[in-house]
Amino acid sequence: MAKRDYSLIGPNASRAVETGLASAEWYHTDISRKEMKALMKRSDGPAIRDTIVWLGGMAAFAGAAAWLWPSLWSIPFFLAYGVLYGSAGDSRWHECGHGTAFKTRWMNDAVYQIASFTMMRNPVTWRWSHARHHTDTIIVGRDPEIVVMRPPDLLRLALNFFGILDVWHAVIDMARNAAGIISAEEKTFVPEQEQPKAIFVARIWVAIYAATAAAAVYTGSILPFLLIGGPRLYGAWHHVMTGLLQHGGLAEDVTDHRLNSRTVHMNPVSRFIYWNMNYHVEHHMFPMVPYHALPKLHEMIKHDLPAPNTSILDGYREMFPAFLRQLRYEDYFIKRELPPTAKPYRAEFHDVAPQAAE
Amino acid sequence: MSEWVDACAVDDVEEEDLIRFDHDGKTFAIYRSPDDDFFATDGICTHEHALLADGLVMDYIIECPKHNGRFDYRTGEAKGAPVCVNLKTYPVKVEDGRVFIDVA
Ligand code: FES
Repeated sequence: MAKRDYSLIGPNASRAVETGLASAEWYHTDISRKEMKALMKRSDGPAIRDTIVWLGGMAAFAGAAAWLWPSLWSIPFFLAYGVLYGSAGDSRWHECGHGTAFKTRWMNDAVYQIASFTMMRNPVTWRWSHARHHTDTIIVGRDPEIVVMRPPDLLRLALNFFGILDVWHAVIDMARNAAGIISAEEKTFVPEQEQPKAIFVARIWVAIYAATAAAAVYTGSILPFLLIGGPRLYGAWHHVMTGLLQHGGLAEDVTDHRLNSRTVHMNPVSRFIYWNMNYHVEHHMFPMVPYHALPKLHEMIKHDLPAPNTSILDGYREMFPAFLRQLRYEDYFIKRELPPTAKPYRAEFHDVAPQAAE
Repeated sequence: MSEWVDACAVDDVEEEDLIRFDHDGKTFAIYRSPDDDFFATDGICTHEHALLADGLVMDYIIECPKHNGRFDYRTGEAKGAPVCVNLKTYPVKVEDGRVFIDVA
């Protein structure tokens, strides 16, 4: 069997369009308009509270870490700062990219810009790539955000717990964009009129990192990089740990989020860092519902969804053996059982995913 | 040439909400603003295929349910990524408790 080709400009990209997998109609659990309107309702309160904790926590931990530096006592403060910078930034980037976190537009935009910077994701390019991820979730050749391609590259995944490859690619992308170049893949999802904005932001970021480097040289210390840029490496582990669970080991090329996304119950600290994206089936089915309403949405539609994993560990116990198996049989995936109250998976979804797991 | 079509009753649309209206193989969206004015636009997003009637009205903005693209439904103006193309708008009049749109 030929290896899967995940390229957005390769043969699978055109195959997805020809077979109707691209931009398809997806399954949605029935929910009344009245209930959905109540769930979609925006408010500023929860996100303002969480943003004060997020940015306030970063300022406090960074201050303490810098104060104690270079003593070893600074390490716990750097670790806490790093997770807020390089992991909580991921979920803030995500929610504010959707524009659902706050009711007030400028607040969404401001937090989106801050989080894009901490996560080293160009706010223009990644907005478009994420739109495509929602249109064509885990459709091979279409989705630019498939994290675990088959067969899984476990070394790559391990390195990314420390942001190593992500940062390497991000720096290359930033340098290329700052030089005024948009890659062929980026051109497939970023419209032409948006491309100059991506270049503009990349140039500002290069200036910020140049200033950080100058500060490091001037002070003869790596402290500036431990506070800016560095935490994207040493603080990335939590967002990779939770992010892998979103779709890892599940089906590709299906149009039912119950088959390709995973909901996982988590402890409150991880839910704060992850901004409730552990309700991932719910988020993909109804991206208009803000993060703070996802637990409620989950309660309303759980009769129609596979049972959630009970913890992060439980999720890994399901997912990791699937990765190992995919090393030998790359068509293997986990097909999750639906409760008897759920509408069954539609036959056409099975047809496009013929190699169902046992 | 105008072509006024009876789209719905005033009470069919809640305040600060919208409904879908199909006519002649085309889908429209009929809005009722917070100040009780009525507006009409194309019913499908200009970004990809999504029914705006499943979206959310906030003041004078309709947010698309698929990627949260936003339009001002009074003018059809696209308010930023991922929507770049404006929505087509249609004239609306209210008579005897009915909402008419000019689909010409
Ligand atoms: S389809 Fe409406 S924003 Fe993408």
